[in-house]
Amino acid sequence: MKKLLFLGLFGLMAAVTYAGGYRVSLQGQRSLAMGHTGVAVVNNAELAFFNPAGLVYLENKINVAAGASAVFSSVKYQNSEFGLSSETDSPVGTPFYAYGSYRVNDWLTLGLAAYTPYGSSVEWPTDWAGSHLVNTIDLQAIYIQALAAVKISDKLSVGGGPIYVNGSVNFNRNLNRTLTDIEGNRSNVTVDASGVSAFGWSASAMYNATEDLRFGINYRSEIMVEAEGGDATFENIPNSPLTPFQNTEFDASLPMPAELSVGVSYELLDKWLLAFDYNMTYWDVYESLDLDFANAQIPDSENPRNYKNSSTYRFGLQYLANETITLRVGYYFDESPVQSGYFAPETPRNDAHGFTGGLSVNVNDKFSIDAAFLYNRYEEVDESYDYYSENGQNVPFEGTYKTSAFIPGLGVTYKL
Amino acid sequence: MKHYFKYIAVLALGIVSCEPEFDNPVDEAGAYTNGEADFSRYVALGNSLTAGYADNALYITGQENSYPNILSQQFEKTQDVEEFTIPFMNDNAGGLLLGGNQITQNRLVLAAGENGARSPQVYTGMQATTEVGSVLQGPFSNMGVPGAKSYHLGFSGYGNVQNIVTGTANPYFARFASSPSATVLEDALAQNPTFFSLWIGNNDVLGYATSGGTGEFQLNNLDPSTYGENDITDPNAFAGIYGQMVQALAASASGGVLVNIPDVAAVPFFNTVPNNALALDAETAANLTGYFQAVSQVFAGGLMQQGVPAEQAQALASQYAITFSEGANRFLIDVEPSEANPLGFRQMTAEEKLVLTIDQAALAQGYGAVSLSPQVMQILGALQQGQTPTQEEANALFGAVNGIDDADALDEAELANIEQATAAYNASIQAIADANGLGYVDAQGLLNQLAEGGISFDGGTITSEFGAGGAFSLDGIHLTPRGNAVMANEIIDVINSTYNASVPKVNVGTYGTVTLSNEVQ
Repeated sequence: MKKLLFLGLFGLMAAVTYAGGYRVSLQGQRSLAMGHTGVAVVNNAELAFFNPAGLVYLENKINVAAGASAVFSSVKYQNSEFGLSSETDSPVGTPFYAYGSYRVNDWLTLGLAAYTPYGSSVEWPTDWAGSHLVNTIDLQAIYIQALAAVKISDKLSVGGGPIYVNGSVNFNRNLNRTLTDIEGNRSNVTVDASGVSAFGWSASAMYNATEDLRFGINYRSEIMVEAEGGDATFENIPNSPLTPFQNTEFDASLPMPAELSVGVSYELLDKWLLAFDYNMTYWDVYESLDLDFANAQIPDSENPRNYKNSSTYRFGLQYLANETITLRVGYYFDESPVQSGYFAPETPRNDAHGFTGGLSVNVNDKFSIDAAFLYNRYEEVDESYDYYSENGQNVPFEGTYKTSAFIPGLGVTYKL
Repeated sequence: MKHYFKYIAVLALGIVSCEPEFDNPVDEAGAYTNGEADFSRYVALGNSLTAGYADNALYITGQENSYPNILSQQFEKTQDVEEFTIPFMNDNAGGLLLGGNQITQNRLVLAAGENGARSPQVYTGMQATTEVGSVLQGPFSNMGVPGAKSYHLGFSGYGNVQNIVTGTANPYFARFASSPSATVLEDALAQNPTFFSLWIGNNDVLGYATSGGTGEFQLNNLDPSTYGENDITDPNAFAGIYGQMVQALAASASGGVLVNIPDVAAVPFFNTVPNNALALDAETAANLTGYFQAVSQVFAGGLMQQGVPAEQAQALASQYAITFSEGANRFLIDVEPSEANPLGFRQMTAEEKLVLTIDQAALAQGYGAVSLSPQVMQILGALQQGQTPTQEEANALFGAVNGIDDADALDEAELANIEQATAAYNASIQAIADANGLGYVDAQGLLNQLAEGGISFDGGTITSEFGAGGAFSLDGIHLTPRGNAVMANEIIDVINSTYNASVPKVNVGTYGTVTLSNEVQ
């Protein structure tokens, strides 16, 4: 609450949303306050995520930025034909980031970055109307990246580095719409895998056309997180050979899709900075969420997702109010990767408008506090997931969804 | 400090406004209307179908999925309602105890054999723990009493524990009757229901039907106290009792629905064991045909010996020259010997029914056919060589017929009685509904629809097929949760049109069917 109060005292309306799917675009409070722009902005160590090539243009030898956000989100579902309604009671998510860079010499800067670009935490009421699709999901992925940035000239630099991912997933749902044990408790399965490793990379370039005009491009590779030998735990299964669901292991893979960002920033009258980013997330790799159970008696679970590539358009504005205070606002439009008919309640995302704002307070020459505040606005949407099947027949899960997300965040910037 | 408060207020507003809100939320007042009906205190009267009895027992999850409980949950979406109270059993095993002794069986579950064959078996995974003597504190909104007939609802002493042993009281009502002398109707009226449903009368024909028609059709006997357990209630007696009950209930209530009586013949209890399951190979069929030709000839010969003219004797004997063919043949059934059928057996007709509880192992062993013992074969052989049988041989020959007992079948006359009574009851129910401005629910039509092709829902088609169709529980008479959901939707349709309400229906596919378990003996 203290953090909320702190933000409230400054009366700043700011908001950023997650992005579509299970992408969580909260990788820096300064960028976030400007609509999560940053591929062409040289500001602080947040460049390690947005455009590592830009790290060479930071003025100081050592730069550090770290922070975290608190994601308060809620999704409501209702179906007016049957008078059903449910609301998620999701835990507060806390995505974080920590970046550091060190200028080795005039043309080389090295860096380290840790961030959480993908994740999802949704808790529906147990046995709710869509419990055959999901009761709860908690998906986490931590990216750790080593970076190098090389200045080719004062105008052009390149950067990038390898990424190590450590992921975990815990997912519970009922086996179908009706199966229970003798006491009427719904039969369900929990799949759990943690400490899953995967590797990827990112590469970027920055071009300073003039003193005031910069261009940036950043590409982060797709990373397929493959869980092998995770635990599948079945509960409330009838004592019958007709339901041979015994605890077993499972394999599954979940893509962290590639993302391409291009952007431009323009500095105006020394005090103003305008930024525009365009992101393309290559969600089409997410075709299906398939669980392959080790026990041959248990039918594998196939859940088509059929995501499409999605674009995000981001706008940010920064104003240097005085030597101490810097103010920022932003907006973005985030296109959902979910196609009609594939609207699964474990990631119930439709198109979002993100409104962001924030500020930095320079405590001294070296240290500043960065705050950002994000509000995501989603339209109410009538959607369905049409690919759940029962006895060989697809049974759509239909309804109206409305999501909101309210995300304050705090960070620090240190430079030496 | 003032500023702080201002900002806190702004922030609080901001957080509140972040809560997602629908344009037309279904969980707020005004989303649905109760119309001219007032559901605030809904009381359901009826028998086992109303109580949520299923799988040959009453148990908690069945009660939770009874159509009245489903209705009450939908009513609650239209207005504020009082809690819908249910006299819950103590467990999901389902049997009743009286003084510690089990007096009704545990529920049936669908068990799978080693060869994959599925069959209903009595659940033995836990002990029955519901003691009839532990009377529950009411009042209860679901007043459905398994086993009740129309005239039981106004019968004082029907809930007296002391009278259970003598069979004049009902153990299910004894569990929650407000006093030993209370009637079901009194206990319902004492609650001043604002809305009611009444589905009674099924047992007025069903007792007769499940007993294989061993009772009597009490036509023109207006005194139910003289009826036996397996008798059919006189339609006029039914109409009088039913009309009085409805008048009493409708006097204070804003409205209600009356549910009619389904065709007994439409439930799987009478449609699962086919009457033509006598499967014969060519040789056995020929043997049987030969046997019955012999029976016919011997019988005709006997008559002629007694001086009956040949033409008349042969005409009478010809009914016994039953022919069989390779494949499926209808069973033989025992009937009362009469002048028209002196030997007292015949082949079943196409329309006649066998009950679900018939001993199917016995059917496979010759029940419903002929026991062609070596002695009989010998007699047949002798006959073929032109010998005349002795009286003893003739009797042995005739006695080889092992026809189906009356208790295991509904014959055409019995079916006609049931049909006649059901039609009369339903005419009365509809007339009483009209006279009192109440909703009339055609359960008969609905169950016939389930029996003839089924009703489609988002996950397939629900039918009456025993064990697999989804509508009927493992006793072949009572509905599954899914069957109850279909019934609830039908009732909602009637309520909405009768009372200009917009009670939402339920999603049939989210209600379960039969329960699987191999915790059986």
